[in-house]
Amino acid sequence: MAADSLITDKVKKLIGVPSEPIVFKVEEGAIQRYAQAIGDPNPLYNDPDFASRTKHGRLLAPPGFTGWPVKGGRLTEEVFKSLIKAGAPPRVLDGGIEFEFIEPIGAGDVLTATLQIANITERETRLGKTMFTTVEATFMNQKGNVMLKSRSTLIQF
Amino acid sequence: MAKQIYYEDVDVGTEITPLAKIAMTRMLVQWAGASGDFNPLHYDADFAKAMGVGTPIVHGALKRAWLGHLMTDWIGEEGKLKKLSCQYRGMDYPRKMKTMEEPHDGETWWCKGKVTKKYIEGGEHLVECEIWVENGKGDKTTPGSALVALPTRSEK
Repeated sequence: MAADSLITDKVKKLIGVPSEPIVFKVEEGAIQRYAQAIGDPNPLYNDPDFASRTKHGRLLAPPGFTGWPVKGGRLTEEVFKSLIKAGAPPRVLDGGIEFEFIEPIGAGDVLTATLQIANITERETRLGKTMFTTVEATFMNQKGNVMLKSRSTLIQF
Repeated sequence: MAKQIYYEDVDVGTEITPLAKIAMTRMLVQWAGASGDFNPLHYDADFAKAMGVGTPIVHGALKRAWLGHLMTDWIGEEGKLKKLSCQYRGMDYPRKMKTMEEPHDGETWWCKGKVTKKYIEGGEHLVECEIWVENGKGDKTTPGSALVALPTRSEK
């Protein structure tokens, strides 16, 4: 079993290594398009005039939206690429996510995310031999306040 | 928006106001653009087949966002969503389009939930909920949980 484990030494070495910071810009139009894609008409996400008159003072992002990475790509993309490079299976599914919302994120925020792999497990599933990677991310705003933490699960098979 | 709900209004077992959603292929493309998730698994039939999921599936993150919508509608402007988690257990398949904007008849998804615990901690009135998205057959394809802080009538 150990001999054909998906969690090779190369893969194991990736656990706990912090990523390069990823910078996200939270823009008004991006928030509105995200809210529209959910089908959420909440004026806090859709109507800048309304939102500016609330205690938040600006358009809020729906929970879980962190804007767009200024250099393109996606949050877990680099982690996924590093896993593939280390020999992990190339087929990937999103397994789920946990969010801890600390401060509301809104238009104008610039967030810096740092990621790391917290752990990796494997088991036999209907997809065959399957690897589960937990990726933790912490998002700080431009003032250095932690705004959001997430733990997402990548499924590879 | 619905009227504000208060801590005193809920008990263990209280049902969260359900929210209906209809996934359709058009919506998945819109979500891809809005979220930046351009995985062809969600719009390319041949790719989805090669990945072993049959046909393109609904993004897990879209279902997670639906659950966010469920919770923020329920807790209202004075409530605070503190935690939300879910697992993408079952595949969901969007309705195909009949017109440019309308899908064919078919499945409707429901976001639902109920209160599992309420307690006061650190001066906050906290409520834990079990939440999920269920498909047209009533299967919970996306089970999860949420933690919210609600306003209290006594501090009004």
